[in-house]
Order: sequence, then C-alpha cells, then structure tokens
Amino acid sequence: MSTVPASLPEAGRVRSWVDFYLTSMRTQISSQFQYRAAAYMYLLGMVAEPVIYLVVWTTIAEDSGGTVGGLTAGDLAAYYIVWTFVRNMNLVFTPFGWEWRIRDGELSGWLLRPLHPIHYDIAGFAGSKIPWLLFYLPIAVVLTLVFDPTFDVRAAEIAVFAVAIWGAYLIRSFNQGALGLVCFWTTRVSALFSLYIMVELLLSGRLVPMTLMPDWVQTLAWFLPFQWTFFFPIETLVGDYSNTELLRGLGMQVFWILVGIAIFSLVWRHAVRHYTAVNN
Amino acid sequence: MQTLRVALLHLRVGVMTDLQYRVNFALQVLQSLLALATGLVVFSLVYAHTTELNGWSQNELLVVLGVQIVMGGVIRAVVQPNMMRFTEEVRDGKLDHALTKPVDAQMLVSVRQVEVWQAVDLLTGAGVIVVALIRLDGGVGPLDVLGFVTALAVGALLLYCFWMLLATLAFWIVNMWHLPELFEGVFQTGRWPIGIYPPWLRFSVTFLVPIAFAVTVPAEALTSRLDWETLVLAIGFACVFFAFTRWFWRFGLSRYTGASA
Repeated sequence: MSTVPASLPEAGRVRSWVDFYLTSMRTQISSQFQYRAAAYMYLLGMVAEPVIYLVVWTTIAEDSGGTVGGLTAGDLAAYYIVWTFVRNMNLVFTPFGWEWRIRDGELSGWLLRPLHPIHYDIAGFAGSKIPWLLFYLPIAVVLTLVFDPTFDVRAAEIAVFAVAIWGAYLIRSFNQGALGLVCFWTTRVSALFSLYIMVELLLSGRLVPMTLMPDWVQTLAWFLPFQWTFFFPIETLVGDYSNTELLRGLGMQVFWILVGIAIFSLVWRHAVRHYTAVNN
Repeated sequence: MQTLRVALLHLRVGVMTDLQYRVNFALQVLQSLLALATGLVVFSLVYAHTTELNGWSQNELLVVLGVQIVMGGVIRAVVQPNMMRFTEEVRDGKLDHALTKPVDAQMLVSVRQVEVWQAVDLLTGAGVIVVALIRLDGGVGPLDVLGFVTALAVGALLLYCFWMLLATLAFWIVNMWHLPELFEGVFQTGRWPIGIYPPWLRFSVTFLVPIAFAVTVPAEALTSRLDWETLVLAIGFACVFFAFTRWFWRFGLSRYTGASA
C-alpha cells in the first residue's frame, strides 16, 4: 500500500495545505462546541491533578517556614495554574488511538487519503484547542481567585510563552505519535504507554517544578524532550528566564520537534508494512 | 434473593470470559507495579522535603496509598466497566435489553461486565498496606481490622454510588467518554490525607465526592486514628447516599427513550 501522498500541482500546493489545516481546525471547533459537558468532565478531571500537587507542596512549604526549594505558596500556585493552561495546549492524540485504529482496521480508510494520517491528528487537535481554552477560562479565573498566585511577567516572556505552547504541542504530537506506531507490531501496548507516561511525569515538570528534583534528575531532564513540553513553557511565564535562556529553550523545542519528525517518519516507513486490515 | 443469585451468575460469567486472556494478567501486573513505583517515587520526593505531611509520617501515608490502590482496583474491575457500558447503551438505545429483563434494572446494569485482571491491584494494594503496617510496628488489634473491613465495604459502596450518579447523567448528556478521566482525576485526591486540603475542597471530597470516606477512613482504622463516631457517620452517610442514587437513577430512567430497538 502506498504511503506517499499524491503530489499536488506545485502552485496550489501551499494553498492546499493551509486550506486543509484551516478546514480541519474549523470542523473540530464546531464539533467540540457541541460537546460542552464532555469538555467540562475532562477539564475538571484534568484540573484535579495539579490542584492536588499544589496543595501537597503548599502544605510542605508552610510546614517548613514558608518556602520549599525557594518557592513560596504564591510561586507554587502560579506554577500549577500555568500548568493547567500548558496541559490544555500539549494535549495530543493518544497513542491508544493508534491501537484502536489498527486493531479495528480503521486505518485502511486513512491510508487511502492523500495526506498522512498524522496531519489530521495535528490539525484536528490544534483546532480543538480554541474551544477548550474558552471552556477553560472560567476554571483559570476560579483557580486564580482561590490560590492567589504571584506573577511577575515581562512582554518578552508572554511572547515566548505564546510560541512555546505550540512547540510543546508539536513535540508531544510526534513523540506520542511515534509511540503509537508500536501498535503496528503489537496491540498489547498499555504497559509500554504507562511506562512512557511515568517517565514523562517525573522528567517533565508535570509532577513538580524541576527545581524541586535532585540535581542529577534536573541534568538528565535537560537532555531529554520531556521538560520542554511542561517545565519550559510554564517557566517562561512563572520563572525569570533571561532573553538568552528563553531563546535557548525555543531552540531546544525546535531541535526536539525535528528529532520527533525524524523518528516518526522512520518508524512509520517500517511500521506501515506490518499493517494488515482486520476489518472494514 | 433471586436478585443476588442473578448478580453472582453475571459476575461469574464475566470472570470466566476474562480468564481466557491470560497474557493480560502479566501485563496488568507490570502496569500495576509501574503505577506503584510512580506513587513511591512521588512519596520519596515529598518526604525528601519534609518528615511529616499534615501529621502523617511516610509509613502512615503508605497505608493511605495502599487503601487507595485497593479501592482503585475494585472500581476498575467491577464498577467502571459496567458504568461505561451502561452510558454507551443509553446513547445507542440498547438499554432496552436490560430494561425488559424481569430483574431490577439498576442491579443488572451494575453487574454485567467484569475486568478481572484489574483486580491485581487488590493484591498490590494489600501488599503495600502489609509492608506499611510492618514498618509502622504499631500493632493492629482485631477491633482495628474490623473497623477497617467495615470502612472498606462502606467506602466501596459510596464510590459505586458516586459512579452510578455520574453515569446516570447519560440520560441527559450524550457524550460521556471523559467520565473515567473525571473520576480518575478526582480519585487521586484520596492518595493524600484529607486534612491537607483547604476547607471547601475537604468538604467536596468528603460529601460531594465521597473519596475521604472511601480511602481516608479505612486508612485511619488501620493507623488507630479512627473514632467510632466517624465510622457511624460513614455508614449513615452511605445509606443516605445510596437512597439518593436510587432515586436519581429512577428519575433519569424516566427520561429514557429507546433510540433504535
């Protein structure tokens, strides 16, 4: 089965791509607005996680004289509130989706389309961010009122944050996409995915600000993709990075996006040969 | 009596179906251990920065973790699969099949599906509790164990009711896919002593979402923190909560119109 997208006439090509992405995003926006209750179920479940971390670490900070690892209750609140925003943005198509696509033979249809399936995932999830952020805003307001975060933000930091959340989105899209491709070889993948989530939880800043981790973990995390999807975007707003550090972070994100694309394409080429339709 | 027999029969068939897939056992063990490892790493991180969290030492909190794992296993093995199947059937109009049977419909939709390997977490959780109790070396009396078992049963009933309440919303809300995420997120609050949460949240996870009764109370029984008033309150609350769930189920059901059958 051919996996190379049919080539378009050169002149219309860029326009077709832009058109495809915009249309997919628009479709997702309308469809997500239909399921508001579902969105709030997900959002409330999602917000529980950082609120628990926040409460635990605030308790520790208060018990040990106001700070833990140099962070005050206000700093922690700021960190975990921005966390919720970043989490909204770096949510991507789950690797379990690949299991379902492959096991049910759903993929056969996808392979017949002129574009690689991952474009549909990236465009669709990018589109759904917009209604989700709108649904999320009231939650952010409530969290801010309840936990009283301390912010000190520069214009450059906001600008970098606006870019970094999309960088985080793309890194995770390709990483989790590549992980999902394992389903071409076996569909018993839940343990592997759990392992991935565990590593990500510990090395990304999702669990705690990396500064609360032991030094060797921080060093290790710097050389891995995970912290560029949570800790870095959060810290652009919450921490005080210099302009150099901000740019270096964006550079790391670009690097990991490229690595992600490379791994994904490489694995895809081998993986798709293993595919035999079961259904459909 | 007949209701009970039907329930047990359904559970047995469910268990037998699942037992055919034995590799899943090994995978579930692996996954259970991974989840436990994550929890332990989080604990060691917390206790690297403090010696007591809201008056709970690391080993005492380990008991809470064990209870939470046990409860999670019960939920994922017998409650969640049934509830998700039920919400899907409401959407597809297939609930007719359950409603036309000559037994209680709420009971029937609660026992048809079992994911037996998820029960591995019962063993993992029990292991954690035992290790924690040995390290605590406090001595657990027969009364403590009695209180623990009672609190555990009450907790399981409360969590079932909570799931049932949420699932009954399917009569109004079409898309219920994210229900497990909602439950899982809120359920994680049970991993920590209830006392650390601000008052509004403590109230929510005690009475709105009965996590505190389900996890903290059994753990208190084993660490000799439980007073009998709390246990009696938990039992009383469970009765009221169950009655409310039952009423809400009937209320929701009256809105059901089969879509396809």
